[in-house]
Amino acid sequence: MPRRSQRPACPATQAPVMARAAGARLRIGPIACDGRGLCAELLPELITLDDWGYPIITRAAVPGRLLADARETVRACPLLALRLEHRI
Amino acid sequence: MRAASASWCEAGPGGPPPPGPMPPERLPRLLPAGPAAGPVSLSAHLARYGPPPSARLDQRRRKALTEEVGRAGLTGRGGAAFPTARKLAAVAAGRAAVVVANGTEGEPASAKDKVLMARSPHLVLDGAVLAAGLTGAGKAVIVVHRSVREIIGDAVAERRRARLDHVRIQVVTAADRFVAGEARAVVHWVERGIPAPTATPRLHERGLGGAPTLVQNVETLAHLALIARYGAAWFRSAGTPAEPGSMLVTVLGAVRQPCVLEIAIGTPVRRILDLAGGPSGPAQALLLGGYCGSWTDAGPAVSLPFSADGLAPLGAGPGAGLVAVLPEDACGIRETARVVRYLASQSAGQCGPCRFGLPAVAGQVERLADGRTCDLRLLRRWLGQVDGRGACHHPDGAVRLVRSALTVFAAELRQHAEGWCRGGRSVLPVPPRRPR
Amino acid sequence: MSLAAAGGSQALWFVSRGSGLALLVAFSAVMVLGVAARMGSAPRRWPRFTVGELHRTLALFSVAFLVLHVITAILDPFVTIGWTATVLPFVSPYRGVAIGLGTLAVDLGGAVLITSLVRRRLGFRAWRAVHWLAYLAWPVAFVHSLTAAEGAELRIWWVALVEWGCATAVATALVARLLHAIRGPEPGGHPAVRPGLRQPSERVHQ
Repeated sequence: MPRRSQRPACPATQAPVMARAAGARLRIGPIACDGRGLCAELLPELITLDDWGYPIITRAAVPGRLLADARETVRACPLLALRLEHRI
Repeated sequence: MRAASASWCEAGPGGPPPPGPMPPERLPRLLPAGPAAGPVSLSAHLARYGPPPSARLDQRRRKALTEEVGRAGLTGRGGAAFPTARKLAAVAAGRAAVVVANGTEGEPASAKDKVLMARSPHLVLDGAVLAAGLTGAGKAVIVVHRSVREIIGDAVAERRRARLDHVRIQVVTAADRFVAGEARAVVHWVERGIPAPTATPRLHERGLGGAPTLVQNVETLAHLALIARYGAAWFRSAGTPAEPGSMLVTVLGAVRQPCVLEIAIGTPVRRILDLAGGPSGPAQALLLGGYCGSWTDAGPAVSLPFSADGLAPLGAGPGAGLVAVLPEDACGIRETARVVRYLASQSAGQCGPCRFGLPAVAGQVERLADGRTCDLRLLRRWLGQVDGRGACHHPDGAVRLVRSALTVFAAELRQHAEGWCRGGRSVLPVPPRRPR
Repeated sequence: MSLAAAGGSQALWFVSRGSGLALLVAFSAVMVLGVAARMGSAPRRWPRFTVGELHRTLALFSVAFLVLHVITAILDPFVTIGWTATVLPFVSPYRGVAIGLGTLAVDLGGAVLITSLVRRRLGFRAWRAVHWLAYLAWPVAFVHSLTAAEGAELRIWWVALVEWGCATAVATALVARLLHAIRGPEPGGHPAVRPGLRQPSERVHQ
């Protein structure tokens, strides 16, 4: 996904830019999801299963060290129900 | 709404408004004053309100009128209360928009939209056409409950003969399901005949047929038609500064005259009950907002204003304008169990947590109603797992209802555990289960 | 023709046949794994994602067998197939129909593979529609394996065993898939927690 260009580092706006850090967030498409459960197996740090086998995202903001794993998990979903959204 | 005991009476605090195109000084604004009768004809409608303002608007006048609607503070009357002017502007930013007037009213206890369409069809259609003018839409689709299909059809034909509107109005009968009233489900129904919400994130960008779509409740459109005639200041002359205007409410349950009323937002709940003939006996609790709303204890609630700010301290809200009164000889847990089982059956079945979680929750609430052992921790855990995990807010509403019931009827829970119950009188209308 | 050249073309012949057989085995395994992934079945101690990943990895791996199979067949001096026949079915002068079926299987399988590689861009519905072609590609490939082979080869006991084994495995998978489609989803959701995984969230909203 293309990233918007960073704002120029201006002292007046430095603090707000740092407060809203760029991040990747996990999202599940609830209609597409069929509770296959692969995502919870591949990314147990961020995804767990409810009592009916459907995934709950326990932590949407993906830490940097898990970003590669998150991408793999997104690719592995057989229904393309998991998405990684980038926000700046 | 099939409740045999309900007679549609529409009342307002004052007498009939002055004739002619003077702005109504008192309520009712949307509904004709006086006893229940048939729909207001086009000529009577024009006599009361004056001619509809031209819906052929150029960019400048579109912007001006949209800003007027913003100043009026009109919010959606379908339950979500989204600022109408913002929605109009968002859709108007696109090209070749479509307006969808949502008169589905899938909520079985609510009758306000049906009554509005049955009594003042032309006001709703004025609003739909005006919304089309404000968004540059080429056509308007009105989705109506089947009980008022004929009335709306006749009204559209009447307008066509009088060449009143600059856009074509298409009438579609709504699906008979609870979630069919959800905005994306309405679009899906019109487009493909499937009354289920879709994953479409932004209807104002891509909706019906891929066009920017404005989905607006019919009551909101009726208010829009009046704001265009009389202005924002007039609209704000009723209601509260934060929540201006009037709204329609359905009052049912243990009141002497269940009916649909038009009230100024912020009217005390007690006054609303009095307008419906007053409670028919001591009231135990109130269900406010709809089947996706909240239970409240009757005592604290009746003195509060019927508005979002007013009801917030009790964790309730005006929602879709339902005020249901639970009498002393009815059991709140049993009623909740019936409603939740109905809500579970009305899941579109697209999202696992709703499809499997709601029936599980309903099962637990039924156990509570029957006095069998129920693991409250498990119920609360499931409520947490279902809340907010569907594509639409259907499961959220059911969770809200159950959570409020667990709070308000805590004493009844203890009684049930000890083996006795207030009574089994059914007050809330729940449609019978039909085979799929 | 010199002895070396004859020996070389013999080698090409064997590699072509052998890689074809290996390809059939791999393709059959991919089909079985694909059905297993779709039905959510997995061996007890294996996480579910292994089935899906194995299906994908094996499919990509079979491309190597395919390339070997096709190139050795084309390069074989004893038969004229022609490079066009690698993509266009039924144009080969040598045993047009039998080879053509193989080409058809490659075309169908290739469509499935390529759409799977660009799945995210394609969208789920389009991807799934093309993926159904796999159920057509396998029987076409199987019939190719029977018709393109010499009768004598098929009478070798282990070749016949492989052919039968693959057919049985894929047929079983197909029946299971049909039953799953007919029976519909389970009423209570999917089995919740697999052994060895963390328990569902204990977070309860009060």
